[in-house]
Amino acid sequence: MTKVTSAQEAMNDDVYLKALTDLLYQLADDDFLISFRGSEWLGLAPHIEEDVAFSSITQNTMGHALMYYRLLEDLSEGEADALAHERDPSSRRNAVYFEKKNGEGEYLTEPYYDWALAVVRNFLYESFKKVKLEALTKSSYTPLANIAGKVLMEQPYHLSHWKIWFKQLNNSTDEAKTKLQSRLEEAWQQFGDVLELGEYATELEHFDIISGEDDLKERFIQEVESTVKDIRDISFGKAFGSGREGDHTPDLDQALNTLAEVYRSDEKAVW
Amino acid sequence: MYNYLEYGGSDQPNVPEHDQEKYEQFMARIEAGEKIEPDDWMPEDYRQGLVKLISMHGISEIMGALPEKEWTPKAPTMKRKLGIMAKVQDEMGHGQLLLRVAEDLLKPYGKNRENIMEDLLSGDLKFHNVFHMPTKTWADAGMVGWLVDGAAIISQTNMLDASYGPYQRALQRICQEEVFHAQHGEAIIMALAEGTEYQREILQESLNRWWPALLMFFGPSSADTTGTSKQDTMIKYRIRKSSNEELRQAFLDKYLPRVFSLGLTVPDETVHYDEEQEKWVYEQPDWNEFKQIIKNKGPRSKERLRLREVAYENNRWVREALSPEAIGQ
Repeated sequence: MTKVTSAQEAMNDDVYLKALTDLLYQLADDDFLISFRGSEWLGLAPHIEEDVAFSSITQNTMGHALMYYRLLEDLSEGEADALAHERDPSSRRNAVYFEKKNGEGEYLTEPYYDWALAVVRNFLYESFKKVKLEALTKSSYTPLANIAGKVLMEQPYHLSHWKIWFKQLNNSTDEAKTKLQSRLEEAWQQFGDVLELGEYATELEHFDIISGEDDLKERFIQEVESTVKDIRDISFGKAFGSGREGDHTPDLDQALNTLAEVYRSDEKAVW
Repeated sequence: MYNYLEYGGSDQPNVPEHDQEKYEQFMARIEAGEKIEPDDWMPEDYRQGLVKLISMHGISEIMGALPEKEWTPKAPTMKRKLGIMAKVQDEMGHGQLLLRVAEDLLKPYGKNRENIMEDLLSGDLKFHNVFHMPTKTWADAGMVGWLVDGAAIISQTNMLDASYGPYQRALQRICQEEVFHAQHGEAIIMALAEGTEYQREILQESLNRWWPALLMFFGPSSADTTGTSKQDTMIKYRIRKSSNEELRQAFLDKYLPRVFSLGLTVPDETVHYDEEQEKWVYEQPDWNEFKQIIKNKGPRSKERLRLREVAYENNRWVREALSPEAIGQ
């Protein structure tokens, strides 16, 4: 496949454009939702040092989301802020697991957030993100390949952060181990759509925009294997459907209502 | 952000008799502009004054993250979301820097950060009055950055040459970051001031609400107002230079012209600059309310403390899992 070096060029091929656009929404929405969940954690992490570190990661991740929304902006999908704040739940393409609330309660009142969920989810997220980014560095869409290269300059540190957390807690008290294990089991029931590429999976592979689902899944397993020994025996479920195809939970409604509250409060305003 | 605010703690260790010679050497050092380091000899009331000041400053940074954090996930654009997140993160970082300084000072008492956090939750350690106030709109996120951090810069600049080295060095960095915060706040405010009718409305409403808290920010003029003030001790020990009222005047000097130039008003019809006295004349805030606020009886005191308490208790298992005994298992 020849390289597609600009938005203009991508827009010349309708099928290519549709596949690329769908993938960019998946990438942007994944990063945006996980970083929104991270922003709710701010100030509530187990210790102050972690609060500072977690927030750095969250800011980077939201920055990545913004880069993808801008690529969509270049493809005439609309302004980045409108794409982030205005789209209705059914047009969101993030995997369902990433919209899941941080635990019981709300960030403003009684936030019984679960650090085990934060560690498991972010560890799995960053593991798969790294695999995807590495595949994207070879993307036929060079603006995306360039961004993947840039993101990979900082993203491995995110993965390393959460891997350390996972290992430390998993080698500590029985309570910590039990909490992690139960969050892992929950993750496997919901993780199926994370590993999918949605409606245009075939085209995405065909156009070399990203490698295929099987290849990504195998690389993900290799990435996680050293930390989660029994990963090869896991069957990944889709307890809440596929976010890649627009299935979502009420947790996404809560996220969108919160993150767009001020944005929606005055449609004409410049903030 | 923060300000030095005098309050009485509940467990004051006894002050032993000074070793007169050491005391005189100590005073000579600070009067010569030397910095005191953690292992140096220091008078007991110097140490205690610093412990209170710095613990309160540190914990106020951490409690101060909470009002703005209310708006962090809700910030109206991606850029604003990123900006306010970085800003709140800085405040947490200031808290960390300061609590480490306080921990060193607490060593002779066998106390550590865990104790500071527990003192906060038990009500023994107070946090700054502004962080007991509610936030209602996005304009408050701007107001905290612009005027609360603006006030903090003035009160912290007052201590940039503090005689205690570790605190003085922490303040250098904190003040540099606070300047960015004030600019971040100002950018939010400017967008609102130049915006739609709704935006201008929430901006003015926010300023009206924050005004008394901003006047209270610097603390009472003297002990006569609230019955306790350690400003004189802190000036003697070269921790701070100016009095509460001097700082408040500097704040009014800097910000009132800016407030008026944006077409905003403050809810005090008497406020004006008196050319003869060379100072701003303003209506005193309700200092009885101030006393209530710093006793954790402010409008949002309970809710903010509750957030910290939930986070603290809810994450206990994590701290236990990270403890040396658990890791060594």
